[in-house]
Amino acid sequence: MEALRLFLTIPLIAFLAMPFLSIKWRGIVAYLAVILNAILSSYIAINVLGGENYQFIFSGNTVTGEIPVRIDALSAWFILIINFTILTGGLYGIYYMREYLTMRNSITLHVTAFILLHTALLSLCGLQNSIVFLLTWEIMALSAFMLVIFEHNKVSTIKAGVNFLIQSHVSIIFLLFGFVWVAAKTGSYDFLAISQFTHEYGNSVSLVLFIFLFIGFAIKAGFVPFHTWLPYAHPAAPAHISGIMSGVLIKIGIYGILRIILLQNSNLEVIGYIIITFSAISGIYGVMLAILQHNLKRLLAYHSIENIGIIGLGIGIGCVGLGTQNSVVASLGFAGALLHTLNHSLFKSQLFFTAGIVYQATHTVQIEKLGGLIKKMPQTAFLFLIAALAISGLPPFNGFISEFLIYSGLYNWLPNAASGILITVIFSILALVLIGGLALLCFTKAFGVVFLGNPRYHFKHQITEAPFGQILPLYFITALIVSIGLFPNAFLSVVSKPLNLFIALNQNYTSTNIGDNSEILRMISVSFASLFAFSALVFGIRRMVQHQQVISADETWGCGYTGETTKMQYTANSFARSYSKLFRFILLIFKKEKAVENVFPSHAEFESNPYDKVERVLIDKPIQSIRFFMSKFAFLQNGRLQYYIIYGVTFILAIIAIPLIFEKLLQLIEILKHL
Amino acid sequence: MLSAILIILAAIFYTGIINRTKSIASGRKGPGLFQHLADAIRLFRKGAVYSNTTSFVFQIAPTIYFSTVVIAMLLVPFGDSKGLFSFQGDFILFAYILALGKFFSIIAALDTGSSFEGMGASREALFSLFAEPAFFILMGSLALLTGYTSFHEIFAALHLGSYTTYAVAVLGAFVLVMISMIENSRMPIDDPKTHLELTMIHEVMILDNSGFDLGLILSAGYLKFAIYATLVFNLFVGTIHYEYSIPLFFLTQFILAVFMGLVESFMARFRMSHNPQFIVVLTSVTLLIFFGVLLLIGKFI
Repeated sequence: MEALRLFLTIPLIAFLAMPFLSIKWRGIVAYLAVILNAILSSYIAINVLGGENYQFIFSGNTVTGEIPVRIDALSAWFILIINFTILTGGLYGIYYMREYLTMRNSITLHVTAFILLHTALLSLCGLQNSIVFLLTWEIMALSAFMLVIFEHNKVSTIKAGVNFLIQSHVSIIFLLFGFVWVAAKTGSYDFLAISQFTHEYGNSVSLVLFIFLFIGFAIKAGFVPFHTWLPYAHPAAPAHISGIMSGVLIKIGIYGILRIILLQNSNLEVIGYIIITFSAISGIYGVMLAILQHNLKRLLAYHSIENIGIIGLGIGIGCVGLGTQNSVVASLGFAGALLHTLNHSLFKSQLFFTAGIVYQATHTVQIEKLGGLIKKMPQTAFLFLIAALAISGLPPFNGFISEFLIYSGLYNWLPNAASGILITVIFSILALVLIGGLALLCFTKAFGVVFLGNPRYHFKHQITEAPFGQILPLYFITALIVSIGLFPNAFLSVVSKPLNLFIALNQNYTSTNIGDNSEILRMISVSFASLFAFSALVFGIRRMVQHQQVISADETWGCGYTGETTKMQYTANSFARSYSKLFRFILLIFKKEKAVENVFPSHAEFESNPYDKVERVLIDKPIQSIRFFMSKFAFLQNGRLQYYIIYGVTFILAIIAIPLIFEKLLQLIEILKHL
Repeated sequence: MLSAILIILAAIFYTGIINRTKSIASGRKGPGLFQHLADAIRLFRKGAVYSNTTSFVFQIAPTIYFSTVVIAMLLVPFGDSKGLFSFQGDFILFAYILALGKFFSIIAALDTGSSFEGMGASREALFSLFAEPAFFILMGSLALLTGYTSFHEIFAALHLGSYTTYAVAVLGAFVLVMISMIENSRMPIDDPKTHLELTMIHEVMILDNSGFDLGLILSAGYLKFAIYATLVFNLFVGTIHYEYSIPLFFLTQFILAVFMGLVESFMARFRMSHNPQFIVVLTSVTLLIFFGVLLLIGKFI
């Protein structure tokens, strides 16, 4: 109780203090408030993971009814993830925002929205009253919108922000529908009513309910085909916000899905197949489009979609495992999903933060203009490399551990699956492998083109490494990335707490099968350690041997060509070309070309722009037809104030009159009946 | 541990046998059986030239590439004796650890800023992307067939199965040999002896490596051959006694090396644009294996 009061008071004090602070201090005070709240909530969360669930019920009012705040292990896990990313992101953000200190009003709005976002995200993990949950959801969406449109003088930013805002509200409509339906049937806004609803109305009805809530949460999480806001919003936001959005904001959608699964506890097998289907498509589609992107942050945004797909695969496998009474598969699936949620928040935020450093140093995120940055910003390049390896799921980093768990889930499922289902399993494996391979292609491209080789463009300003304070939080993230890779068992024992909630859904099992896995993971960490040790050994021998040899430096071998090779370097586009040629039939690439003509060639150019096919079919086409339809009523919008006032008055009159007329009509019918 | 020693022994001969087969097939006198080793040793002794464009990535990449191959080698079992690291799902680590090495060799190629090496890197990334599903589905089929999920258990159980499992094993061997050709950049995917950079894949990626680093890369290649040949061997020979299995092991290695040499002697490299098709065909073959396994265990719809 006291803790919750304090939790709400800290942001309030920070808001009230805001006007009295100098512009420089506003960010710092906001960050302090965030730290305090993070410590408070993490303390509760750690206690919960220790075994005692936290519960408090606010009395609420007549509209909302009682407002229960229940923090179980699942909430606690997400609270910890949110806190870590927000804390590192905030510290990074303080440095990132230094350049914009002249934009006084925007800064103030930004830092307030930052506190709000943090508070809202944490509250969403605990709140279990659907009305209040939706209100908080709205606060989260709005504060995220404010954060995204920080550079609101750019048209593209505003457009991306509005796109995000609209799609967030579509998500709210679906959630609202689901929650109101439950409330109408059971008379309670408490989340527990969802369980009651499922209990009373049977499986098929609750499946419909699940689909509504799933779509609502999937829009936030960015499952294909509900992802279209994501590739716009992430690049438009300042880097620390992109990192936080990708790291934790979309994870709130995952949290929602997991929460609903916990509450509903029915149709688990069907739900599993639904989620697997969406996830496999999201995973492959996300990474396929990521490869084509020329904008570094947009590329990363598409990778978020891919990783949501991987997390979803884990959840789906877990659900099917529960539904088919296979506790090994269930625990592996959910453990993979929960761990990958953490992992993705780590390496994705790190990638966005490093992308932000690149942006601040060069003022561009167009990868075709970058190159050779590793010499000017070695630390950033190193950090990007670690995160790129981790996100490609390569050993010895954290991404491999969670993907390994999901793979193990699939391979353990294989011998126990029924005949028809085997096809699903093998295609899930296929999807996961393809995702891994495509991610490797994508990140070799991103890292290679941005950081390696020669600069592709001559910048007029000096390119320097970011200040150490800005890079420091990234080292914290890296430390966690590496330690999850090397000591997976320690983290898995934490994951086992929320995992037990899911396993407990099936009364036949009481504990997870983490025991077997810990032996496997121990072997993996031993092999990782030996990889490190052996590499160090070989490298040491190499140093020793080369110490006695003649080592010289020269130009890159140009096969006889000795001229300048900077312009001849492979570009990102050419690196991805053999791929994009092959997958032409799925992708949508607009090209603009002016070929070289005549003996003395004049100007020639080539430009290609990848576009999202799903967006074209699902968003652009319907909007086009709606526009066409609406254009028929364009005469109403004539720009004259008088008319608008008339519309308003007509509307109000209609609102008042329609019920009256309806009533009169009923009376008339009654009279007619009497006759 | 036995497997590691045997693989290293086999690696000493393997490439030599390929080269010997090629020279005999084309009527040349050709290099000796250990010429490739002499090449590697010479390289280890030589100094190196590093491009001015390169960074620390280029320095560490060959080391990491070599180490990943060695660690992958330690995962492979030999008949009844387990690999050094053996656990459920070890083949996932096997594939991914090799992918780590590939990641580094690709970015090292991009590090030089050379357009040729960029081209090779792009192709390598694409082709290995296609080869990987085949491996995973093959292992999935075998896991389904045997009910186990580690290299050692799968291979042990596979041998104890009926004769029909040998049919699966033959197809599996075909897939593994093909994967090994792709992974090692041999014909018909890539031609290690071509002199035109435009048609190279792996060779062009290591254009700028020299001295110790090149030696590491070449040695890793020799090991890779033997590793894949050992996997093929494991498909057939489960738990026979060592006095038979060790000679059989070298016989398998020899046959595969001769086979590769013959393929390289009598086949031309595919057109670059046909490579993806070829590799996708490989995945389809593994799907065939998968359905074959379904038939075998009576789960086919």
